[in-house]
Amino acid sequence: MLSVETYPSAAEAARALGPGARFLAGGTLVMRDANFALPGLSRIVRTTDASLRGVRTDRGEIVIGAATSMAEIIAHPDTTLLAPVARAIGGPALRNMASVGGNLFAPHPYGDFATALLALDARAQMADGAEIALSDLLARRDAPGGLVTALRLARPDAGTFRFRKVARVKPKGVSVMSMAAVLPRPAGRIAGARVAYGAMAPTPIRMPAVEQALEGATLDAAGIARALAVAAQGLSPPQDALASSWYRAEVAPVHLRRLLLEER
Amino acid sequence: MPKTPVTFTLNGAETAVFVDPGANLLDVLRRGVGDLSPKQGCAQGGCGACSVRIDGALHLACLTLAETVEARRVETTGGLQQGPEPHPLQTAFMECFAAQCGFCTPGMLMAAKTLLERDPAPSREAVIEAISGNLCRCTGYEPIIEAILLAAQRMQGRAA
Repeated sequence: MLSVETYPSAAEAARALGPGARFLAGGTLVMRDANFALPGLSRIVRTTDASLRGVRTDRGEIVIGAATSMAEIIAHPDTTLLAPVARAIGGPALRNMASVGGNLFAPHPYGDFATALLALDARAQMADGAEIALSDLLARRDAPGGLVTALRLARPDAGTFRFRKVARVKPKGVSVMSMAAVLPRPAGRIAGARVAYGAMAPTPIRMPAVEQALEGATLDAAGIARALAVAAQGLSPPQDALASSWYRAEVAPVHLRRLLLEER
Repeated sequence: MPKTPVTFTLNGAETAVFVDPGANLLDVLRRGVGDLSPKQGCAQGGCGACSVRIDGALHLACLTLAETVEARRVETTGGLQQGPEPHPLQTAFMECFAAQCGFCTPGMLMAAKTLLERDPAPSREAVIEAISGNLCRCTGYEPIIEAILLAAQRMQGRAA
């Protein structure tokens, strides 16, 4: 039997989390589990804390409340950068519900927004005041503990952010894979690239081998060749009804090329 | 576990119902209130058959915790017809044969109504985007797209 606990503040809700408890934001993940009475879910914890919602700019950084919906990301002038990512997720109804914070915990093959945030080097603000790199949070996201209240990210230089979602169903389908990159080019050559994949591992992941291969490269077909060669290095992508593990690894260089060169 | 009282407006009418902990809005509408217009397809957010409007925004009732609609405004296809005539969207769906088995139709109508409120003269692309979260396994979508465009045209004519 399920119970629902509603707390006035995020901090109180965070303290109430524990074994058998899930935090409910947009509901698109937790209610699905509740509808199918999945084991391991006995308490739904939620909060009426309005501070979890909304986008603002703070000390030059974009701060996105964890309960902010995909529709709000599309509508807000401070997150136009991320609007194409949010638009690639679900249909209009789902986007009115699904939250940015929830996407960090969405099981494979979901998590397109988290993939973009990972490439943008976002940090998660926790209800206890701690700030964690998103890559660290994703690495231990299945371990219980903590509530994400917001995501913080520095605005990348104009024209350096790329996102690509590969789906079989048009116009809206679940990811075969998603890819995101930030490609700074201070002197015409790539320096400090960040590349992230979604649906290519149990959680969205950074691709250090690809990033290193891009270091100092020019952003053209010849310059990215070394990066394409290591596009799936070290990965054993998940296998599901959408794509086999082999297929995901095999087509990764094709989509990485299209991402980097902005080919359609 | 005690039930939770929830009050909201359903298609303009004050509605009060007791809900089980963790119950979704779709079950509460269908079993608790008796509004059978939203349908349960997948119960996991993939099909859109349960689409309803909450405070004017499209939501999936099957993934909405019922008690979160306290004091909010819920609209279903059951309330689409105002007065003796069907809503222009309903008429257009009939004329264009946009409903075959009809199971997706209530969700399609809610998605279409939301679109036309925001964009009274939508492009074909905008219609496709608006119903992109709603699955239809009968029509191939073409008659649905035609119906929404036809309804938009007529509603514009009426407004002018």
